[in-house]
Formats: sequence, structure tokens, C-alpha cells
Amino acid sequence: MITEYTALTALAGGALIGVAATMLMGLTGRIAGVSGIAARMLPPWDGAVAGRFAFVAGLVVAALVVRVTTGSLPPLTLEAGPIALVAAGLLVGFGAVWGNGCTSGHGVCGIASLSSRSIVATLVFMATAVATTFLVRHVM
Amino acid sequence: MIVLVQFIVGIVFGLGLLLSGMSNPQKVLNFLDLAAIRSGGWDPSLILVMAGAVGVTFAGFRLIFRRQRPLLGDRFQLPPSQTLDWRIATGPAIFGIGWGLAGICPGPAFVDLGYGSPAIILFVVAMMIGMAAARMLANRQHRGSMAMGQSN
Repeated sequence: MITEYTALTALAGGALIGVAATMLMGLTGRIAGVSGIAARMLPPWDGAVAGRFAFVAGLVVAALVVRVTTGSLPPLTLEAGPIALVAAGLLVGFGAVWGNGCTSGHGVCGIASLSSRSIVATLVFMATAVATTFLVRHVM
Repeated sequence: MIVLVQFIVGIVFGLGLLLSGMSNPQKVLNFLDLAAIRSGGWDPSLILVMAGAVGVTFAGFRLIFRRQRPLLGDRFQLPPSQTLDWRIATGPAIFGIGWGLAGICPGPAFVDLGYGSPAIILFVVAMMIGMAAARMLANRQHRGSMAMGQSN
């Protein structure tokens, strides 16, 4: 199904993500990398674990905030079935931790810090994601 | 205090994902599907999300790093390694396959959890298992290389 090209909200939403990343670094000194934060919710725990749970809880609550303030939620359409979702989840989780970051840590914070590791990481995951989506949608 | 701050930052981050449309896996897949550039229906929104996020973060970090330390912490915790090793290619390659398969990465996964859909719970549980596996493997390798007297 086609989704509309939403230039303005995309840019504004992206800017808001940037505000959040700036807030986290400026206030707590930490990178807003969701995979790193999520992975360190698992044991062994250190002293900063409560903050990680709080950050992830904030992500989960965001939809509720939108629902309460606007009365509706943006569309959420899944194309993958249960087996593909489990496979995708395993790969996303493993790959993000193995590569020390995901779309937020490497793609946003890392590129904004001009980190060569993050630029490489982002190019690599963009390439394999594009190839996988092509295979799933046009070959399989 | 710092826990409350992280909760609020999580909400702001989540609102950004919802406003940008990146919380919708289909919108992400419609960007990744480059074949649609020719056949029609390609959605380039993700590029502008990245541009907005990177632009603001770039400017924000420049302002922040004029200070010696964060407002509520004793030091900036930046990634220690800046060398290119094989993990910086293989990790993202695996991550990208999973991302391209369902259109969900970790941030949107947690935001979508707020919709209460069982399918997303399935994805998040699998993702956490994948993360735990990578952490265990990395720790084992780290211990192995320490035992052999190598640094790193």
C-alpha cells in the first residue's frame, strides 16, 4: 500500500528526534542510541539501569500521549507475518548490539558526530535493508 | 531527577518518531523499496527525517560540547572505539536484513508497543533475545581475547 510523501512532518519529526538526542547528551551525557539503551536493560545491571527503563517507558508512552491529546493515532501497518517478525526481531536485536548501534545511535547521533564508524555502519545497514526489501517485495 | 529526565526524553523521541511517520513500518518499507522510484509509490520521507534529526543533533552537540560536562552528570559518555573493525560491518549488515524484512528498528519497535498490538510484542521479545545473544557472544569473545593476552 502506498504511503504519502510527508515532507513537512518528516522534517519536523526528525528535528524532534534531534532535540531528544541533544537533550539526552546535554543533560545526562549519554548517546540516544535505542539499541544500546534497550540491550543494557538486560542483566548484568549497573547503576544507570533505572534511567534506561525510564527512557524506553517514555518511548512506549509516546503513543498514549498522542492519543490523549489528538484523539487518534497515526497508522501502523505491518506487512510481515509472525514468522518474519520473529526472524526480523532476532536479526535487528543481534545486529544492532553486534555493530554497537542502530538507526538512532549510528544513523543520527553517530553521523551528527561525524564518526567514521557510524557512517560506515549506516551505509552498510541501508544497503542490506534495501536489498532485503527488494527480495521480499519483488522476488519472494 | 535523572530518571524523570530520561522518561521525558523518551517521550520526546517517541513523539518525533510518531510525527515523522517512521513508527509505521510500511512507511519505512516504502522508502527502502527503491524499485518503486521507477514503478511509482516510493516514499522518500525517511531522508527528511534523517536530515532533520542529524541537522539538529549536529548543531545541538556542538553547543553542548562547549561545556566540560553534562548538566546532570559528571562526564560525557562517548563510544570509546573509533577504529574500523569487522564488527562494524557485520553487525549493521545483519541489522539491515532484519530492518528490511519488517521495516522495524529498535526505536519504532518500542513506540509501536504503545499501540498494544500482539504482533509488535512478538517482534520486541525476539529483538531482546537477539540483543542478549549478541551481548553474550561479545562478552565471550572479549574474555577469550583477554585470556590470550591480547588487548581489545
